[in-house]
Amino acid sequence: MKKIVINEEYCIGCRLCEVYCVSQHSKSKDIIKTFKSSEDRPVSGIVFEENGYTTFALQCRHCKESPCTTACLTSAMYKNNNEIVLHNKEKCVGCWMCIMVCPFGIIKPDLKNKKVASKCDLCIGREVPVCVEHCPNEAIVLKEK
Amino acid sequence: MKYVIIGYSVAAVNAIKIIRKFDSLGEIVVVTDEDRIYSRPLISYYLAGKVSKDKIGFIEYDFEKKYNIKVLYSTIVKKVDTKNFKIILSNRETISFDKLLITTGGKPIIPKIDGLENDTAGVFTFTKFSDAENILKYLEKNIVSESVILGGGLIGMKAAEGLLNKNIKLKIVDLTDRLLANTFDKKASNYLEKKLVEQSSEFIKENTITKVTTKNNKIVSVTLQNKKVIKTNMLIIAIGVKPNLDIIEKTNIKTDRGILVNEHMQTNIKNIYAAGDVAQGKDFLSNTNSVIAIWPVAAKQGKVAGYNIVGKDVSYDGMFAMNSVEILGIPSISFGITNPDIKDSQYKVLSREDKNFYKKIVLKNNKVVGAILINSIDRAGIYKLIIKEQLDVSEFYNNLLKDNFGFLVLPKNFRKHFVTGDGIEV
Amino acid sequence: MSKSKFRTDFKIVRDMEKCIKCQACARVCSNDAHVYDNESNSIISYNDKCVGCHFCEDLCPTGALTIKRNIPEIKFNSHWDSYSVYNIIKQAETGGVLLTGMGNDKPFKEYFDHIVLNASQVTNPSIDPLREPMELKTFIGKKPDKIELKYEPYKLEYNKPELKIINYKISTKMPPQLVLETPIMFSAMSYGSISLNAQKSLAKAATEFGTMWNTGEGGLHEDLKPYSKNVIVQVASGRFGVDIDYLESAAAVEIKIGQGAKPGIGGHLPGEKVDTEVSKTRFIPIGSDAISPAPHHDIYSIEDLKQLIYALKEATRYQKPVGVKIAAVHNIAPIATGAVRAGADFVVIDGMRGGTGAAPTVIRDNVGIPIELAIAVVDQRLRDEGIRQQASLIAAGGFRSSADIIKAIALGVDAVYIGTSALISLGCHLCQKCYTGKCNWGIATQDPYLTKRLNPEIGAKRAYNLLRAWSLEIKEMLGGMGINAIESLRGNREQLRGVGLSELELKLLGIKHAGEAW
Repeated sequence: MKKIVINEEYCIGCRLCEVYCVSQHSKSKDIIKTFKSSEDRPVSGIVFEENGYTTFALQCRHCKESPCTTACLTSAMYKNNNEIVLHNKEKCVGCWMCIMVCPFGIIKPDLKNKKVASKCDLCIGREVPVCVEHCPNEAIVLKEK
Repeated sequence: MKYVIIGYSVAAVNAIKIIRKFDSLGEIVVVTDEDRIYSRPLISYYLAGKVSKDKIGFIEYDFEKKYNIKVLYSTIVKKVDTKNFKIILSNRETISFDKLLITTGGKPIIPKIDGLENDTAGVFTFTKFSDAENILKYLEKNIVSESVILGGGLIGMKAAEGLLNKNIKLKIVDLTDRLLANTFDKKASNYLEKKLVEQSSEFIKENTITKVTTKNNKIVSVTLQNKKVIKTNMLIIAIGVKPNLDIIEKTNIKTDRGILVNEHMQTNIKNIYAAGDVAQGKDFLSNTNSVIAIWPVAAKQGKVAGYNIVGKDVSYDGMFAMNSVEILGIPSISFGITNPDIKDSQYKVLSREDKNFYKKIVLKNNKVVGAILINSIDRAGIYKLIIKEQLDVSEFYNNLLKDNFGFLVLPKNFRKHFVTGDGIEV
Repeated sequence: MSKSKFRTDFKIVRDMEKCIKCQACARVCSNDAHVYDNESNSIISYNDKCVGCHFCEDLCPTGALTIKRNIPEIKFNSHWDSYSVYNIIKQAETGGVLLTGMGNDKPFKEYFDHIVLNASQVTNPSIDPLREPMELKTFIGKKPDKIELKYEPYKLEYNKPELKIINYKISTKMPPQLVLETPIMFSAMSYGSISLNAQKSLAKAATEFGTMWNTGEGGLHEDLKPYSKNVIVQVASGRFGVDIDYLESAAAVEIKIGQGAKPGIGGHLPGEKVDTEVSKTRFIPIGSDAISPAPHHDIYSIEDLKQLIYALKEATRYQKPVGVKIAAVHNIAPIATGAVRAGADFVVIDGMRGGTGAAPTVIRDNVGIPIELAIAVVDQRLRDEGIRQQASLIAAGGFRSSADIIKAIALGVDAVYIGTSALISLGCHLCQKCYTGKCNWGIATQDPYLTKRLNPEIGAKRAYNLLRAWSLEIKEMLGGMGINAIESLRGNREQLRGVGLSELELKLLGIKHAGEAW
């Protein structure tokens, strides 16, 4: 299975991965449209960390033995046949068990609507996730694991 | 090979998934006293009307077909015959097994209270789907404006959440001085107590119910230890659960509080395994055996049991208590040891708070062993990671409570190892 | 304080219909030309801070940014052009020497653009490099005056006299040689003037391709030791980073006398750029200025140079070629022969288009001679003196394409160094602000915020690609000329013709004018 690997040594902190992630998961999939309209703007599946010049963008590692899927009370967090961890908003009740167990802390809560706000889906349907494709410095790369 | 599983919830489901991975032909029979499979923690959401009856499950609709298992619903096991490797059902039928997995879970503890009968109307426990159903039925027939909950622990608070959503005022009675006493400290509890007051409810601490007064076998009031009488037509008993050991009583399966299991989730009898709330397995932090009745532990134990049942040597490395509860609109997550003995100099407590949030970290010998996070749960799992990995935080513990807490706070080698790794389970 | 009268070189044009306020530009600009303002939720761009590196333009996800040249429209004057006027204004304000980076950018005659190549037609067949072998292998080092062969009977196991085979062996002792897979090497660019990631990119590309990279005068960083089989190490007037390990780890040693961008001028790496790593690599204290004196204080004559050459040869037990790099100046031919006679195994001549990390603009733009003429006169002089084989000739300074390189080889060099074009392959947009240390592309900087922008994996791939592309093109051109080995083109000036050059220029270049047959 191909997995996203990050190289913090080469992250330039531009946060374009987030821009592309948001746009990819919007209805229009068009960057300008996504950001110009206030309604159709999903939360990015990326957690960006920054401390001085050290920066990196972390997204779901799609763990082999994924703690979030086992901890989920409703199986809203599940693995598809390709071992990709996905989230079904319909089923999510906002119990935050996934947030409790995710060792990478990459699941973001939407406290208002009581749902997991976003989670990387490896841009399902695309050969290369947009964050990987558009990372200007190959700080986010796809590797066979 | 014939596998029999008693109990049908998260531990059983995870075991089944693993067993089927390696044995597609063996017969799997599941016996459950429930009439359906559902996600037990969801009953409070069901009570509150946030989840409908059809969405309370946690497995695919075709799970039983897909994994080719036979489930006997509403079937009560009377006894396990450990000599002849069979189980005896209440209708005297027997089912033999090659491997048995016991996942009977827990059952509510019901204290002896003056005037309380088994069938007193208006008195409920709150651990099963049927409990929620019964409460809802009762609420339909009776006007309940105020209810008493005995026990301010997790189950009591989950019930409270459900009832507050129905606009029922509450009096929560607990022997300790705080809510969620097992995981919360007084400060954490204060955030919830304040919310309770906002909802015209009350937390009555360091108290208990000594008497239940009934009229026509229906509850009308309760009397507290301090002789105070509270008028109510509904009482939820939620002082705790204990492992459900009914079916193994008088067998040679060794028990303590729960069924004692080794790192393979095996009981003292070779082909009999136990997992979930009924099992007493390794506690990562204390390194002893204890019952940790939480969903992720049950899931993990179920998996480990599944592996060992099909002969794969997988060890359970122990977990620790943790919980995520959103109560009264306040999300909270706690891990491990949250109320250390402050006289013990090995421990060090860090905390940060304002009127909206509270964070507390417990260190033991410079390693994180526990945490409480109230209304600030972002990236909570990283605390779990560093507890599990026993990371020495002496160099940077000041940063553990900062707003930007994340992987960047952790030493580079440590975070690199995890971030570039295969994906892990912690 | 009086208002500055200086006008900005660039204008930042932001298409507000396209800008999504993602702030990528504000996050990356090292010159603070874009700043995000929280209060008004807007990005403010400052033209006066823009250096025209085009990093933001490249990064902008919606193409909202365009960086335009902003040439001040003062009254037209062909003598007092705006460049001169604004330089005067700048100096009137600062009272200082104007600094710049990269190579001479003035419109001097481009001799390469006045030289054309030959191709085979009918009488000599051209060669298709895709079907037939084409040799670019190049050897750098002193060649023996003649080759002597020794006959050796080959002894077989049973020693049967009738089976004795005559075997030829070269008895001449071959001086040490560098073997290159292509006649293109990466020029000296020191760690300090460029980032470690930039050096690593070049080192990796050179190693993978089978050519050489050059440490420059800043020493060899520990991380680059794995690439030392393909490194030429420099010994310059500052002697930074020079010790026996340094010399021994290298493939060859180069004494740097001069640099094409600033002949006669030394170097000065300001103390603020001397961080722990630079300090470790250069063997100087952290924060101290690294000053390379203009001359080597132990070299005031060819004889002195000879001493250093032999000291280095001695130190490396005559196992490695030792060369000398000099800037192309008026006396280049006699100086080059002097170096060869002093024992240099290769001589590098750096032309006036050669780059630098920092130089006074006036020096960069006005000192030195074009590399084309320097190559021609040096090659000719060495031939005339009968010592051309005693050293390889390497040219450096502004090679823009494979055509420039092949022409240089036909004019007489063995190989070329590329610096600027190598940096362009890494991302450089020639903003000429190397001396500020704020290179947004992560090349000419030691700022940890910026150096990480150059991923050496990507850099190495791109630099390698450039070597590959140019080598393929050289093969194509060679094939067209009916030549199957670069050796056969070296100094083969009959393959060149001048277009629009004066008689004197043709004479100096040693080529005929277009239209003249062999």
